Amino acid sequence: MELREVDQVLKEYGYEESAILPILQDIQDRDRYLAKEVCEHIAEKLSIPVTRVYRLATFYRAFSLTPRGRHLVSCCMGTACHVRGAPRVLDKLEMDLSIEPGGTTKDLMFSLESVNCLGACATGPLVVIDGHYYGHMSSIKIDSVLKEYKKPPKGEKDEGKTKKSGKSRKTEAKASKRKGPQ
Amino acid sequence: MIEFTIDGVGVEGEEGSNVLPVALENGFEIPHLCYHDEVSPYGACRLCLVEVERGGRRRMTASCTYPVQEGIQVFTDTEKVRKARRMIIELLLARCPDRETLQELASQMGIEKPRFELREEECILCGLCERVCREVVGANAISFFSRGHKREMGPPFRDPKVCIACGACVYVCPVDCIKMEETKEERTIVRWERTLPMKKCKTCGQSFAPWFQLEYIKEKVKLPKDFLDVCPDCRG
Amino acid sequence: MTGCHGFCERGPLLVINPQKLFYQKVQVEDVPEVLSETIEKGNVIDRLLYVNPVTGEKIVHEDEVPFYKLQERIIFGKNGSIDPTSIEDYIAIGGYKALVKALFNMSPEEIIESVKRSGLRGRGGGGFPTGLKWESCRKAPGEPRYVICNADEGDPGAYMDRSLLEGNPHSVLEGMLIGAYAIGSNQGHVFVRKEYPLAVQNLRIALQQAEEYGLLGEGILGTGFDFSVRINRGGGAFVCGESSALMASLEGQPGEPRPKHIHTVISGLHDKPTNLNNVETWANVPVIIDKGDQWYAQLGTEGSKGTKIFSLVGKVNNTGLVEVPMGITLREIVYDIGGGIPGGKKFKAVQTGGPSGGCIPESLLDIPVDFDRLTEVGSMMGSGGMIVMDEGNCMVDVAKYFINFLRDESCGKCTSCREGTQRMYEILNDITEGKGKRGDVELLEELGWVVAEASLCALGGTAPNPVLSTIQYFRDEYEAHIEEKQCPAGVCKALIQYTIDSELCTACGRCRKACPSDAISGAKKVPHKIDQEKCVKCGMCVESCKFDAVKVQ
Repeated sequence: MELREVDQVLKEYGYEESAILPILQDIQDRDRYLAKEVCEHIAEKLSIPVTRVYRLATFYRAFSLTPRGRHLVSCCMGTACHVRGAPRVLDKLEMDLSIEPGGTTKDLMFSLESVNCLGACATGPLVVIDGHYYGHMSSIKIDSVLKEYKKPPKGEKDEGKTKKSGKSRKTEAKASKRKGPQ
Repeated sequence: MIEFTIDGVGVEGEEGSNVLPVALENGFEIPHLCYHDEVSPYGACRLCLVEVERGGRRRMTASCTYPVQEGIQVFTDTEKVRKARRMIIELLLARCPDRETLQELASQMGIEKPRFELREEECILCGLCERVCREVVGANAISFFSRGHKREMGPPFRDPKVCIACGACVYVCPVDCIKMEETKEERTIVRWERTLPMKKCKTCGQSFAPWFQLEYIKEKVKLPKDFLDVCPDCRG
Repeated sequence: MTGCHGFCERGPLLVINPQKLFYQKVQVEDVPEVLSETIEKGNVIDRLLYVNPVTGEKIVHEDEVPFYKLQERIIFGKNGSIDPTSIEDYIAIGGYKALVKALFNMSPEEIIESVKRSGLRGRGGGGFPTGLKWESCRKAPGEPRYVICNADEGDPGAYMDRSLLEGNPHSVLEGMLIGAYAIGSNQGHVFVRKEYPLAVQNLRIALQQAEEYGLLGEGILGTGFDFSVRINRGGGAFVCGESSALMASLEGQPGEPRPKHIHTVISGLHDKPTNLNNVETWANVPVIIDKGDQWYAQLGTEGSKGTKIFSLVGKVNNTGLVEVPMGITLREIVYDIGGGIPGGKKFKAVQTGGPSGGCIPESLLDIPVDFDRLTEVGSMMGSGGMIVMDEGNCMVDVAKYFINFLRDESCGKCTSCREGTQRMYEILNDITEGKGKRGDVELLEELGWVVAEASLCALGGTAPNPVLSTIQYFRDEYEAHIEEKQCPAGVCKALIQYTIDSELCTACGRCRKACPSDAISGAKKVPHKIDQEKCVKCGMCVESCKFDAVKVQ
């Protein structure tokens, strides 16, 4: 984000230092990370020490200080998902993407994170990619889910979106078949 | 004045003060690491635990952050308190095995060797350096970052550019893990990797403080431009 | 369109009123048929009906489904009959009636007395009597006063607050309005988890509509009462569910709990009197005011009144959200409502209270669900997560899971909590890797005591519960790991082996293709084999096998 866009966000919150968290959240949402220059700029404009911004940015899980990948893969590690085998799903994601939770692939295509609970416990294990929910996941389903996102980002907007939702329906349908009424 | 008892002895403390300083003034021994009377109490190390009985309920609490209240009974040396303190020291020693302060405290409490895998940390994360830097010096050069078992202390983005190398953190660190090195030309705060050139006294030619620190003080206290050009000795 | 009905396992759900026809697992392709057959002709589509897994009987109407039968859905039930983005819908089912009653027929003191008489206790986990809290806050000196709705639902495995905010945000808002009026506050905050975008969205819409209807803002309903509400998104820190950490976060500080020797009702947000309640607690308030405290107090047990919403998840047939009267037994929830354990497996434990709670064994399934009984058995009510575990779940692994969660989520300030949970994790990790030593269990107990006793806040104070409760009820599992280097549930990787039963193997090759480490050999019509040297124990073979031929030892 350009610094003058940062100023715009600061202005929206009236340069109020107690609004520092929503300010950082808005910037994180747009840039997918908080750049050092941005943090320093915010500190200066709000007349607070950089230490405070940095402390917040490293305390809350919502923030990242390094650029995140194009696709954010979140693997739910909530208790309900855990007891239904989420650790195996996460292992498989780590293996496939060759990164650990919190990491980003070298080509900046994927970031992987483990989240504590997404509140969709009835459908666990759950993986969310760019806001699309994949329920009843298992390690063998990961390949086909990730494949959709591994394609080159050509004509990203239209093509990407329709394909993703198509996939999501398919996985859902499959899942329900497997768990269907006996 | 607020009246209460410590180990059965009647004591008095000013309203708004906390139990630990009152206990120390009255000669009670309570071990502590993250407390210093020049900065606000924080309650991080948990070593100053005591038992407090209030309104018929007895519970363990850190004495450095517990406000004095009329009629409370404080117990500094019960079996529970000793047991908890022993484990706290054992945990800290396992984290920082070569810190002398911790070794001494451990041996006083009869701990020979921690039962946990030893790590090689030096800092116990008491936060005294940060409080001195923020509250006393006002430089705000360092702070805690991250959380949980990943918590650390240091300059933001590991870039110490606002540190004035005044050395207050060095002085206050209870386990002596912040080292300072000084030559005629420069001063280094080793832990924060901050090196600043020293200023030479215009009169005697001896170097006496990092110029950045002097500039900072001049601006903060609004001193005349040439006030800190000579060292305190030559200033008379 | 409505909010969640709770029976998530059978979703997508469709209820056709007024007949209350209940269709489950409805797909896009089914919709034309539903329209032409059911809506137009009134015929029931057999294949979409729910089959009672016990009797095999097909069930036509929503209220006949056993999942709903034992429930008492006074709070959550309305989710199913309104569009959460329509204030008109909410008003049509009697919404804001309680607010009108409170504002025009009751004094603030009368409201507080009524809430006290109802016996309502905080639903966020602590169980503090709500009326008493309101009273202390009202009496505390200082202006302004704040009311906060804690929607930072952090317990993994719990999602009732999310569902309430998404499905019926006005009920929460109405509760806050009544509370604010009773306490004497003009400013409210809702602190919502950032992981719940739809809850934030629906709440925003609700606030806007309420303002348009004169239910929020200045001079509410023509009275002199002003109240406005701000939404704050959480930053992703479990510890912010703790009230003083939540308030620190609202002030733009890291979520580090503060000593509460002076309670937050006296000195909370910006050092002003602050009353914080959880989403579900707020949603209970309009019901109490509307139906009366006497009516409310007849639900539940002596010490715990009303109902509680639980998210019943994990190894149970009917997963979903259930609202039950306090005092119902765990067995009724797991077996009668939940329909028991899937796949004919054996029940092992039910975990309540999230990372602050504990695991309750089969022998205690008949205890009634109330605040005090759950605490007595080493667990707690918590915010309402109820995770069922079967014989395939390892209790040491579960303990490790929670302590791993907590060492990450601890703010890291207190030595006891930061170092203590870390060391407990290391010991548990060693045990699950077959490196456990004699004395480890005792050391865990000793550490657990210090973490709980010496730490400042409730996170540390309850952190050892998952470990201590599993030691208490499943000590034999710990011993099997330590003494015999075995994981009886077949979960801990280092202690298990995958093998293929050559009788059952059809040599289909699925596992061979799935194996990431080329550890499986075999050919057409030749039963497959796993090379233990190469096996990384990822479990892909188990999941890929259609014939249950891969066994865990």
